[in-house]
Amino acid sequence: MSASLIEMRGITKSFGAVKANEGVDLSVAPGEILGLLGENGAGKTTLMNVLFGAYAPDAGEILVEGRPVAIHNSADALAAGIGMVHQHFHLAPRLTVLENLLIGIAGKSGRIDRARGLARLTEISRQYGLSLDPNLPVSALSVGEQQRLEIIKALFRGAKLLILDEPTAVLAPSEVDGLFAALRSMAAQGLGIIFISHKLNEVRALTHRCVVLRHGKVAGRVDHPAGTTSAEMATLMCGHEIVPPVKEASTPGASVLTLDGISTSGHAGTPLRDVSLFVRAGEILGIAGVSGNGQRALADVISGMLPPRSGTMTIAGKKVAQFSPRELQALGLGRIPEDRMTTGLVTNLPLVDSMVLPRIGTEAFSRKGLLNPAAIRAFAEAQIEAYDIRCPGPMVRAGALSGGNLQKALLARELAFDPKVLIVSQPTRGLDIGAARFIHEKFLAMRAKGCGIIVIGEDLEELLMLSDRIAVMYEGRIAGTLPSADATVARLGLMMTGAGHTGEAA
Amino acid sequence: MSAVFEQIFQVGFLAAIIRIATPLAFATLGEMFSERAGVLNLGIEGIMLLSAMAGFTAASLSGSLWLGVLVAVLVGALMGALHALFTVALGLSQHVCGIGVTLFCSGLAYFLYRLIFGQQSVPPSIGGFKPVPIPLLADIPILGPAVFNQFTLVYLAIIAVPLAAFVLYRTPWGLSVRMVGENPRAADSAGVSVIATRFQAVILGGALMGLAGAFLTMAQFNAFTFGVVSGRGWVAIALVVFGRWDPWRSAGAALLFAFVDALQLRMQASGLGHIPYEAFLMLPFIFTIVAMAIMSRNAVAPSALLKPFRREER
Repeated sequence: MSASLIEMRGITKSFGAVKANEGVDLSVAPGEILGLLGENGAGKTTLMNVLFGAYAPDAGEILVEGRPVAIHNSADALAAGIGMVHQHFHLAPRLTVLENLLIGIAGKSGRIDRARGLARLTEISRQYGLSLDPNLPVSALSVGEQQRLEIIKALFRGAKLLILDEPTAVLAPSEVDGLFAALRSMAAQGLGIIFISHKLNEVRALTHRCVVLRHGKVAGRVDHPAGTTSAEMATLMCGHEIVPPVKEASTPGASVLTLDGISTSGHAGTPLRDVSLFVRAGEILGIAGVSGNGQRALADVISGMLPPRSGTMTIAGKKVAQFSPRELQALGLGRIPEDRMTTGLVTNLPLVDSMVLPRIGTEAFSRKGLLNPAAIRAFAEAQIEAYDIRCPGPMVRAGALSGGNLQKALLARELAFDPKVLIVSQPTRGLDIGAARFIHEKFLAMRAKGCGIIVIGEDLEELLMLSDRIAVMYEGRIAGTLPSADATVARLGLMMTGAGHTGEAA
Repeated sequence: MSAVFEQIFQVGFLAAIIRIATPLAFATLGEMFSERAGVLNLGIEGIMLLSAMAGFTAASLSGSLWLGVLVAVLVGALMGALHALFTVALGLSQHVCGIGVTLFCSGLAYFLYRLIFGQQSVPPSIGGFKPVPIPLLADIPILGPAVFNQFTLVYLAIIAVPLAAFVLYRTPWGLSVRMVGENPRAADSAGVSVIATRFQAVILGGALMGLAGAFLTMAQFNAFTFGVVSGRGWVAIALVVFGRWDPWRSAGAALLFAFVDALQLRMQASGLGHIPYEAFLMLPFIFTIVAMAIMSRNAVAPSALLKPFRREER
């Protein structure tokens, strides 16, 4: 291997009591694509933020081309030839592509040097096959194009090492291929690349070498990712072998949730049209469908946020009268919303507040109209313990937690009250294998206890694995329902496009 | 009513609009720079008052009007720095600190004025700036005497508008200001110091507010009274929104407000005496409220306005 472009030695960084990185060593050679793997919260992003100067490490040193450098801020990092493409883009949406590129670059005689900027952009576009219209405002770009702009921005500043933090999480499959081609071309021309991901197949397809982090430490190094199996790497990431959860046979009981002829109107997105379905005790009903075919309206009706225009809903034999979240909750409904950040949690308040929010006025958490802080805190601490939610404590700002830990917190707050029915949307979106597996196991455990669960999802593999029956939504209707034993990805895919109204009416 | 319309098309009326618009234009541009960088400066009303007082005092004691202007600008910049210290360096609430700066500056202005000039039955006055006609241009009919026979500070305001637009849209510093007001994290990751850029923008804004104050006591009224600013700072905050954070539009907003203000002054003076004059006084403010209600629907504030920047926070 040739001399290192970047070398990090013994990096340690703590946030309060949590050690995000501990004695981490890694190096990247020119022309090399290094995979940085790890579960959510393993310390990948923290490590890269140390390299990029956003966080100061508590210990350790960074060498660029063999020389130790001090990186105190992003300007130092850029000067050292390190460019970063963050998971959440650092772009100003109302400024143009060119303006976003030229920020922080001094022009001649105090004016912005547009001509030189344009020339440089053209050069980079040609060299790596990345093109963009310089005069478009960033808000007019697709997510993939914004990412391309972030990459160009780093190259524009002469980056020799490019860090990409979970770049594929926001991309469609076709865009991923384009990104990979560009990254391979950059590496072939001598750039070093650090590719952060928890998608094992991508790491195996793209990287030359990879480093696996677990609990802030290096858990393992893989020299030929293409030659290993995903299972081996997953074991390194999680520290134990990942076994698919066992779905035990169960005999569903009586219906716990029944929708009869539900139609909606006045809702952003596709309204429901005459939807009837049921889920029985001890049963998981999967709802498949291309996004935007009424899934959101369905979730909103069931969770009491959208009263239907017509039709009836029954929970455990009781007819729903008001369609308010509180009423449904009292009837035994638990809800895990699609977007944990906007409708699940209050990100700016302490975690403990979000964990008790839906039941804030109930006897469990208040006494004579006043909050009972001791009970609230005890509840939060018990759940953090039981669900292994990694955080400095219940008083931490909820938004500071990683996605997997937030999802666990949401799950904990709903399951603690033994719901009769659980409605969940996209339960594992953005989560790594370990966290996803944990969520799946909880669902199956609830099923064994006799809870009826509705899982709305886009990941058909996940739905097939979890569900007893799968209903397909198309243009606000239920296009058909299949027992999962009869369902295949191909058959469901066909129903999702509106072709073939097969299957039993449900 | 026809008497009113006759008045509108008089030279004196046009000149009045320009004169009323000048301090508003300075103040609005100042507030705009601050807000484009992401810092709301509610200290504007107090900064204008203190600058007006300081400039007047300096001019009155030294006999040099331009020294007075300089002092007003420096005091404005200093108070801008004070606001930036609280809101940018310490990341405190921009609303609370801005109101604090206004109360502090107003109190200080009253206190120092009393201390220096004592209590007098007739407030002391100075010989303020005189109009400086620009050769040739001043001879253009109507427009000449209205626009080109004005105070030097008025010409400065006229130049300040394109200059502000140039700085904001064509210089690297202006791009940095816009970037730290839209997405400070993006600016930071590009190696731009968010703290320094915001400081500079708020200080420049304070200096412009100082100029606005200087105009009031050294060109418009030639004396300092406690009501000399009388809400012009608050109006400027509204005009920034009305002008959608753009120098040209903001200047246009100032002119429009000045038009309504000049109009109500004429209406007071004309033969509509059976209406109480207070009703006319309200007109510019009613106009502001209505204009704001209409315009602010489409106005998009800088995304990072009111948001302090701390690097190690997600």
